[in-house]
Amino acid sequence: MPDVQLLVGTPKGAFILDGDGDRRDWSLRGPLCDGWPIHDLIVEPGSGAILAAGGSPWYGPAVWRSDDDGRTWTHSSEGLTYGDGDGTTPIATIWSLATGPDGTVYAGVEPAGLFRSADGCRTWSHVEGLTNHPTRPTWGPGAGGLILHTIVPHPSDPQRMWVGISAVGVFETRDGGASWEPRNKGVRADFVPGPPPETGQCVHKLAMAAGEPETLYQQNHCGQYRSTDGGATWTDLSTNGVPSQFGFPLVTHPRDPKTFWVIPLTQPEEGRFMPDASAAVWRTTDGGDSFTREDRGLPQEDAYLSVLREAMARDTLDPVGITFGTKTGQLWHSSDEGASWRLVTGNLPEIWAVEANVRDS
Amino acid sequence: MATVLLPRSLLSLFPGVERRHELGGDTVDEILAALDGAAPGMRDRLVEEGPRLRRHINVFVDGQPADLRTPVGEGSTVHVIPAVSGG
Repeated sequence: MPDVQLLVGTPKGAFILDGDGDRRDWSLRGPLCDGWPIHDLIVEPGSGAILAAGGSPWYGPAVWRSDDDGRTWTHSSEGLTYGDGDGTTPIATIWSLATGPDGTVYAGVEPAGLFRSADGCRTWSHVEGLTNHPTRPTWGPGAGGLILHTIVPHPSDPQRMWVGISAVGVFETRDGGASWEPRNKGVRADFVPGPPPETGQCVHKLAMAAGEPETLYQQNHCGQYRSTDGGATWTDLSTNGVPSQFGFPLVTHPRDPKTFWVIPLTQPEEGRFMPDASAAVWRTTDGGDSFTREDRGLPQEDAYLSVLREAMARDTLDPVGITFGTKTGQLWHSSDEGASWRLVTGNLPEIWAVEANVRDS
Repeated sequence: MATVLLPRSLLSLFPGVERRHELGGDTVDEILAALDGAAPGMRDRLVEEGPRLRRHINVFVDGQPADLRTPVGEGSTVHVIPAVSGG
């Protein structure tokens, strides 16, 4: 029977929670990665290695790797640089990791850019095509910085991928990163006057529908969206029942292309809390045409909780398990696709990232 | 040769590396390059693009604040210390 392991990133290191097959009892290990701020964790397919991305205020950015279930780690940032010279901006931290179908590991950094590794994160090379995009001079930071926070590789074509950059938008490449096209048509940017621009939208999270690589879902600063043409055009879903168009995380079902979960939050000037001080996750099973509130077991009063973009994850079991972590250090889990929730732990540092790793026992 | 002393938090990133090193170099930059030879990857932890010392890393040569261009003499002591401004 498979078991589930939760990987958690925080500003005070990575944590691992080892669960049993029932996903009811968890044991905690950490802080790992020397207590470095960790923005993202993934599991490398095939090897099962745990990869963690972040940056130390003293020692700079690096990707950490563990080949023994988080017991020992190595780190590297060799090649993770825009180069020396006047005017060069140092890379502050690494925000996102993803693996392509050919095993290449990709890293998204701040200030926004993309790097790739073909040797298990030992060395990195810069994907210059994105950094040199003609719109680059217009890129400005969002509230969290100028960050490349989401990387969505095509599941079978190593030449294709999408990336999300805060306050810049979604871009797609079809030639392995040599060239990129903006993919923001139909996405609002209510914080600038005039019609929606080609770039400048504030994408918060991007995810692909299971088994349908041309179907993408997006949680944006200005709404939830669906694309069925690989991001070329987007349909606004934020009038279909969610209590707020603002939010950060979005997680898709591992098998059903029409199911995904979001956590709407109040607007930034209202605190970015779950609305009405009442915790809830919202699920759609029709591709975003309608949403259902799921809150059984979650606090319904005096709950001022917020969840960041990388802090929700799902496993691949049936029924699917969903886990989210809050800025207040609470980790909540559902073993029934969001219908009911249990508190795993309420004593972690601010949670920045959650990943679920299913392993054969 | 100069004596280079490293902080605990940096050593925890490089298991097996000693705290004290005797290294050759005419500047802090050359000393850190030599340090990287002894502990591959350590320079990346101390130096950012520019190149310059990372913002919250302090280096002292014979007790005086230094940057990458600071000369290092024979018998000098070089301290690498994470700044209180970090974290």
